[in-house]
Amino acid sequence: MNSSERKKSAGWDDQRIELIIGTLLRAGVLLSASVVSLGGIVYLARHGHTIASYRAFHGDLSSLRSCSGIAHGVMQRSGRAIIQLGLLLLIGTPIARVVFSALAFARERDYLYVAFTLAVLAVLLFSLLGAKP
Amino acid sequence: MSVLLFTVLVALGSLLAGFLGSLTGLGGGVVIVPLLALVFHVDMRYAIGASLVSVIATSSGAAAAYVREGFSNMRIGMFLEIATTIGALAGAFIATRVATSTIAIVFGCVLVYSAYLSIRSRPADSVDEKQDRLARVLNLDGDYPASDGQVQHYTVHRIPLGFGLMFGAGTLSGLLGIGSGAVKVLAMDQAMRVPFKVSTTTSNFMIGVTAAASAGVYLARGYIDPGIAMPVVLGALAGSMLGAKVLVNTRTKPLRWVFSAVIVVLGFEMIFNGFTGRL
Repeated sequence: MNSSERKKSAGWDDQRIELIIGTLLRAGVLLSASVVSLGGIVYLARHGHTIASYRAFHGDLSSLRSCSGIAHGVMQRSGRAIIQLGLLLLIGTPIARVVFSALAFARERDYLYVAFTLAVLAVLLFSLLGAKP
Repeated sequence: MSVLLFTVLVALGSLLAGFLGSLTGLGGGVVIVPLLALVFHVDMRYAIGASLVSVIATSSGAAAAYVREGFSNMRIGMFLEIATTIGALAGAFIATRVATSTIAIVFGCVLVYSAYLSIRSRPADSVDEKQDRLARVLNLDGDYPASDGQVQHYTVHRIPLGFGLMFGAGTLSGLLGIGSGAVKVLAMDQAMRVPFKVSTTTSNFMIGVTAAASAGVYLARGYIDPGIAMPVVLGALAGSMLGAKVLVNTRTKPLRWVFSAVIVVLGFEMIFNGFTGRL
């Protein structure tokens, strides 16, 4: 097999992988948007009449800064926690894409790109798990 | 202002931002932060956090449509994402350590520069068929469907320069909560000589992953507030999907000028408010 033939078949494979990735991303976005909407309805029904004030930053006091804090809030059916869960799913969507890309490159036996993809994944996981509140 | 009214107004503003952002290709993030900070008097940190998650939503939502066109290059995207994600992580850490007024000034400068990039006439794609050795090793060259139905082959050049620019694009994304698609396209299109269509679609793919790299830091620092992020994400997502639908049969040039003018005004206002310490 000469190099141009190999390129052609690799191109076809890449094309198919990209199609699957596109669908994966769209599903992730739709799922997270649904969860955010659900949480939004709960939040507005309970707190819609209160006064909104975001002039000052109180984020460092929020309990919704960690996965365990969000899980705890969702158990108590807090609207804000459900929204945050949806946002967590949204952040997870491109990460799922990177995981899938690593598997796809492994199937193509393109180990250089498996290494590149795992490097990206390491940075993403470091951000999500390594950053302490 | 009640929470309900705030939510409705922010959602409408984000819808318009997402709509215009996708029509002009500038992205909604560049308007959402000034909108929240200048109009709704939201703290810069909350504004950046909400904008960043909306960037993930709009880029991932548009990806399916882009993929069908067959322009994006997965390998270029993945290789350069090493640079953008590390940059984004660095940017997010810087964001938590500098004053919000400093971030506002940097943001303003980026706005003015993005407007300039958007309205200047783009230099034509230069066809350079000479093979680049590094591009060959990294298997970055690709094909794309040209307008005449033929398959057009392209080679990638100046990879170290493009990689460095991508690190910068990632840092801006993490620092300001934007997709910084304009800088990503610049790095691929101008520095690496990737065809424009391939650059824009590949950039869209990279934006979501880049933003996810700083989102973890933002979340842990409390920058992502559900009360603000909810209307911003839903509004921007709906707006960008609407924009992608009408994009096909719209003349975008006059719109691009109007949008760029708005961005310049917002940019100078951000810079002014940053210097006077109001943001």
